[in-house]
Amino acid sequence: MFQRIRERISPTDVVMWLIGGGLLFLVVWGSIATLIKGTYTARHWIDFIIFGLAQGSVYALIATGYTMVYGVLRMINFAHGEVFMSGPYTAYFVAAWFYRTGWLDTNPISCLAAIFLVSMSVSVTIAFFLERIAYRPLRGAPRLIPLITAIGASFFLQYLFRGLYGSSFQAYPDIAMLEGHWVIWGIRILKFQAVVIVAAIVLMFALYSFVMKSRIGKAIRSVSEDKEASALMGIDVDKMISMTFVVGGAAAGAAGVLYAIMFKQVHFFMGFIPGIKAFTAAVLGGIGNIPGAMLGGIFLGLVESVGPSLFLDGLGIVAPYQLKDAIAFTMLVMVLIFRPTGILGERLAVKKA
Amino acid sequence: MNRKLIMILTCVFVIAFAFSIQAEVKDPIGVVKLGPGEPVHIAYWVVISGPNTSLGTDVVRGIEIAVDDFGGSIKGFPLKISGQDAACSAEGGQAAATRLAADPTIVAAIGSTCSSAAKPGVPILWKAGIPTVSPSNTAPFLTDPERGDGYGGYARTCHNDKVQGAIAAEFAFREKGLKSAATIHDGSVYAEQLAQVFAKRFKELGGKVTSMEAVSPNDTDMRPVLTKIATAKPDIIYYPIFIAEGGFITRQSKEISGLEKTTMMGADGMFSPDFYKAAGMAAVGMYHSSPDFGAFAGGYQAFLAKHMKKYGEKPIAPFHGHAYDATMMILKAIDKVAVKEGGNLHIGRKALRDALLATSTMQGLTGTITCDQYGDCADPKIAIYQTAAENVKQGAMPTKPYWKPY
Repeated sequence: MFQRIRERISPTDVVMWLIGGGLLFLVVWGSIATLIKGTYTARHWIDFIIFGLAQGSVYALIATGYTMVYGVLRMINFAHGEVFMSGPYTAYFVAAWFYRTGWLDTNPISCLAAIFLVSMSVSVTIAFFLERIAYRPLRGAPRLIPLITAIGASFFLQYLFRGLYGSSFQAYPDIAMLEGHWVIWGIRILKFQAVVIVAAIVLMFALYSFVMKSRIGKAIRSVSEDKEASALMGIDVDKMISMTFVVGGAAAGAAGVLYAIMFKQVHFFMGFIPGIKAFTAAVLGGIGNIPGAMLGGIFLGLVESVGPSLFLDGLGIVAPYQLKDAIAFTMLVMVLIFRPTGILGERLAVKKA
Repeated sequence: MNRKLIMILTCVFVIAFAFSIQAEVKDPIGVVKLGPGEPVHIAYWVVISGPNTSLGTDVVRGIEIAVDDFGGSIKGFPLKISGQDAACSAEGGQAAATRLAADPTIVAAIGSTCSSAAKPGVPILWKAGIPTVSPSNTAPFLTDPERGDGYGGYARTCHNDKVQGAIAAEFAFREKGLKSAATIHDGSVYAEQLAQVFAKRFKELGGKVTSMEAVSPNDTDMRPVLTKIATAKPDIIYYPIFIAEGGFITRQSKEISGLEKTTMMGADGMFSPDFYKAAGMAAVGMYHSSPDFGAFAGGYQAFLAKHMKKYGEKPIAPFHGHAYDATMMILKAIDKVAVKEGGNLHIGRKALRDALLATSTMQGLTGTITCDQYGDCADPKIAIYQTAAENVKQGAMPTKPYWKPY
């Protein structure tokens, strides 16, 4: 019997479980130590959670783009971060113009709508042509080739925008309507964060029902299940793949404006880090799965915001926020080791592997 | 007969060779030889892309004005200035220094902008025999006696942060009466060491340092770390970092409950109109430690006039004067060691380094330049500036110090 157990469990597994268990122990220990120390009151924790939700909902919107493209093409579109950058960077010039003419102060809502529209249409255009020019000619090629093309496209777009708009950054104007904070049920929430969270939830809901309910959404899902069979059923596969990029681009463009509202600065390299974080979120949630990507994004945002204070502080680590990215990527590695299909990814993975 | 001929020829060659060596400038590291009309090549490696571009552009302008003032030639040989982007990172510094080191025509370098770029870059340059003078690396490490052998070719015309950090702490504690402080750095050599110097001096004075936090250079969401700082309610947050992250922290500090009354203070790395663009009106009322332009030498006004004429605006960061002085220091040192032979110009590399470090009582724009053996050449005068609403609106740094220690 001992023999059988030894056959089933390889030494690598034991080491992996030890690493995982050790990390989990550190997290729990650190959290308990922090809570006992009591530096943070309930209000601080609520603040951390709201910050995390706001950041996480931006990650979630970008992550849907990664996950949908993976669903139909089985490739990671590493240029998606640049699709995200192109929208708000272009919309900045519109926002600055609104600010100079004073419209941004007099009717902020229609100005914001216009900014969203510009950002989303630029991102959609970039995503559409990205697929058309960089990915479609390589449709039949081995999997590694579109991946390398994606990285090349990412660099191309970054330096294209650097050439267009310059290498320095631009700062979005302040929108007076979104300054200050509200107090809801005794919880202090910054206005723009509430707006970002609500807008992100509405957008995610819209996107999800589009994919689940509409005819095009149904066709996209069918293409992601089986391309040949869909083609036989009269679905234009190329068109549906284009549509996937368009929908992902629209989500990224909207996420970009939310990002710009939260952080104000835009520059040609701004898509890189959120892109990688959103990719992490998509993998965390289970790549190929839309609710998974949303969940993964929000979870990642929360861990980045709460984690350093919750468990690193308790372990006595100085300056824990420097290790924010380390937490995010350690989590990615752990998920890849212990649950490669992600939090919600199992159903899809079984069907399509 | 054949053998004899070979013997004679060999002798002739050996003697000729020996004479030719005799005639040349000797240098243990190497000699740059320029034929008639060939330019004396000096390269800068500064940040010319990304959010900190204004820091590098300011330096390049200082260099260009210095070259104009010097007359554009040394001993009848034209000057050639070229540049590389060292970004503001270790990777960028390494890449730029490697490119410069591969070019044997380069006599000396000016740079880098950021201490993080200088740390890996300077040893690469010095291995190739290229001395470098930095106008804006302020991290104490670079001129520390324990820094290692690779930094032999290094000098700087700006202050050492041992001075800047201490003055910032004295201002906060003595002048403003602030008793508790938090610091934030971004993991760069400059920010980390400056925050440490500040915290050390602040504690010596009797203040309390509530926490020393760090962010990473590409972070955008500073609200969690600011919330953590706010739990201890410090009187002042000192964050000597760069333009983009500094902008995020300044803006977001206004949104955190518990930091309403906290004084914000940055340093010379974000003393630029671009920082006002990044921080917006949130920057109003905050302080910066930076070189005291009022204490600069008499030639500074003339420099400003030339700057205005050439670029159509006022300087956009604090280090144009230091760049001017660094360039002058290099040009004078080359002038001193370069030897003209026939139509050629010979510059010994080690001799040039020695001449640079031997610079003493040179009258520069920023004060009297006298180098010590580790390459600290400045006569630092640091002052504290306060940002007013007009500064942000007009995108211009304050020019009158708010406080100075002398």
